Amino acid sequence: MSHNIKFLANYKTESFFDEMFTSEGDVRPAYKLFFENLERLNLDDLKAKQYTADKAYVSMGITFNVYHEGEGVERTLPFDLVPRIIPFEEWDVINRGLTQRVIALNTFLDDIYNKKLILKDNIIPEEIIRSSPGYLPACEGIQPPKGRWTHISGIDLIKHSDGDYYVLEDNCRVPSGVSYVLENREIMKRAFPNIFERAHVLPIYDYPLQLLEMLESLTTMQEPNVVVLTPGIYNSAYFEHSFLAQQMGAELVEGRDLVVEDGFCFMRTTKGLQRVDVIYRRVDDLFIDPLVFRPDSVLGVPGLFDAYRRGNVAIANAPGTGVADDKVVYAYVPDMIKYYLEEDPILPNVPTYLCWRDNDRDYVLENIHKMVVKTDNQSGGYGMLMGPSSTTEERRVFIDKIKSSPRNYIAQPMMSLSRVPTLIQDDLEGRHVDLRPFVLFGNGVSVIPGGLSRVALKKGSMVVNSSQGGGSKDTWVLGVPEEDLLNA
Amino acid sequence: MLSRVAQTIYWLGRYIERAENYARFMDVNLSLIMDLPKTMSEQWQPLVGITGDDALFRSKYDEEYTRDNVVQFMTFDKDNSNSILSCLIQARENARTIREIISSEMWQQLNELYLSVKDANLATNGNLSDFYRHIKTGSHLFNGIMDSTLIHNEAYHFANIGRLSERADKTDRILDMKYFYLLPRVEDVGTTLDYMQWSALLKSASAYEVYRKKYGRMDYRDIIEFLIFDREFPRAIHFCLLEADRSLHTIGNTQLGTFNNPAEKEMGKIISQLNFNDVNDIIQYGLHEYLDDLQVKLNHLGDEIFNTFFSLAH
Repeated sequence: MSHNIKFLANYKTESFFDEMFTSEGDVRPAYKLFFENLERLNLDDLKAKQYTADKAYVSMGITFNVYHEGEGVERTLPFDLVPRIIPFEEWDVINRGLTQRVIALNTFLDDIYNKKLILKDNIIPEEIIRSSPGYLPACEGIQPPKGRWTHISGIDLIKHSDGDYYVLEDNCRVPSGVSYVLENREIMKRAFPNIFERAHVLPIYDYPLQLLEMLESLTTMQEPNVVVLTPGIYNSAYFEHSFLAQQMGAELVEGRDLVVEDGFCFMRTTKGLQRVDVIYRRVDDLFIDPLVFRPDSVLGVPGLFDAYRRGNVAIANAPGTGVADDKVVYAYVPDMIKYYLEEDPILPNVPTYLCWRDNDRDYVLENIHKMVVKTDNQSGGYGMLMGPSSTTEERRVFIDKIKSSPRNYIAQPMMSLSRVPTLIQDDLEGRHVDLRPFVLFGNGVSVIPGGLSRVALKKGSMVVNSSQGGGSKDTWVLGVPEEDLLNA
Repeated sequence: MLSRVAQTIYWLGRYIERAENYARFMDVNLSLIMDLPKTMSEQWQPLVGITGDDALFRSKYDEEYTRDNVVQFMTFDKDNSNSILSCLIQARENARTIREIISSEMWQQLNELYLSVKDANLATNGNLSDFYRHIKTGSHLFNGIMDSTLIHNEAYHFANIGRLSERADKTDRILDMKYFYLLPRVEDVGTTLDYMQWSALLKSASAYEVYRKKYGRMDYRDIIEFLIFDREFPRAIHFCLLEADRSLHTIGNTQLGTFNNPAEKEMGKIISQLNFNDVNDIIQYGLHEYLDDLQVKLNHLGDEIFNTFFSLAH
């Protein structure tokens, strides 16, 4: 490396794909401008910027909560100043790949709740769908507005040491994190204004507007009343619900604010009942209507599902989309793409072993120390075994679980997530990142440029979840090709 | 607007006003103590007495009305749901629930005020007076930010009704404090000590200077008249209710002086009482009794606001 940056003096890319440096230590073209800026800073400058950013998060109250009694413990998602930068050419692949994938997923959802062609043609075993907790028989025969089911999808990607992107999981039910994407950008603009003036970073500020337009496209009502349905202040993503409602100018409602009368949905206002046309729900499927799903739910609205079924209120994402989040169903997405679109997947899945298949299971049980084992319907980094770092006892527990309920387990080889330099005390060190882009599907598909880059702050860790010591970074998608950057 | 949101912002206004007034209570007592003849012991019980939380205090602090206990109880005690910290916690929780309604500047100011009180516990023990002034200023800043950044629509008017009806209640209690303050002997009525207490009360309502400009000499009848009946002083009860009434009628889109719902009716009744009473009526009735009666009516007004706008039952 030919530079004089002290806080990068000991930086090593090791055997990983590093987003800023090649294995020879050269700065990649996408990072050229940012790196030049780093060279002009000393450690104190950098730390001052980091301090200002952290303080902005606390004072703006951008927090997620772990509640105990009344006051609760609020935590900010740790934020790192070094952005993850995606070159124009890579984004082009991601954008096309995500568009293709979301169209296939939506077609799949519409299919399994209606004609079930993919099951009849034996592309996916029917019992896999039937046994998935996200599959809701109540949704059979429903045709949501415009045939859209997964209006907002968060598709988790990783870049492996081979430099290629892979899809790690699909989130079609209630993907969260987009508020961090928007706020991270605002904070970065304040920290590095001079870079943004020159870097051709694709803007993301219009996401709330796009989201609102997508939601409004789900109804034929003139001047529709769009609301955001939140489980309430105790939900860990409450900040985001409130943020999105504010940015869209929509009403933020809780279940108790809504009432269904004569098959129509209304909200209770100081001037009486007011009709609701579109609900952007951030409440899980099973809690939206105690008459149809969990009877103990106090977060939902009795009768809402009936109003939805009659087409009197649109719900995004559609109830029933959770089946696509099942990690077993995930393994079939490449097959869906071929089946519905007659195309090859642009973004591959991580190779996945399904433990209910005898051959796969045998392989997994033999090689469990090398693999990552995941439970079909858990997220947040829970219900997971990281083979290489596991103890014999942990492996034994998972082996028993796999044997007793093979349908519920999948396994994947350890992927090595790419790394981005990250400020750890007085040095920049490589830390692993993933990427969750957000995809809107209304009249057409729209991918917000970038997404949430989550970073595993613990040294060597590949687990990026906020509940497991993860943080986030701003994600820049460059709007100009590489050759232009080099000539700049 | 959503009934729940209306209720939340109304209480947001109330909680902040309550926190500010508790800071006023404390500040006035601290300054009063500094001026007291050294032969008199510090009086902290009246302060607790007017809050209506005396029973809770007694059960928690063994009836020991020491400065430290009262400071703790009124300021930081989370078991006291009306302590300054409790009010700020609740105000902040409310603000969090309706962050998409209020301006982000309001949120930020409230958040910073809350953090400064929450983390203040030991560091500021040295200068309590500064600390309470900081809370007052923090509340003023919040109100100013609200007035100048929040659109003056329904949400604003609910917040305004909340803060003004709370302020009316607290000015009522500040005046009532005189009833609880002890004078060493009956003959002390009308002495320096007596008027020192009255001045302290005026100061706690930021009313001292305005009062002196308007009335000149200290006379308890004038002080009572000023703090209850003045239509121009922003902390006088009459002023607060007239302004709250304006907001109430803006929400209901009804004419002032008429009523179309129980809240407007109750408000109208209290205001007409103030319109046609004067200080003689109060003296005749008894100051403490009059203030007590007014508090009951203000509570009833709160109930009617709840029934008219917030109650989720239809």
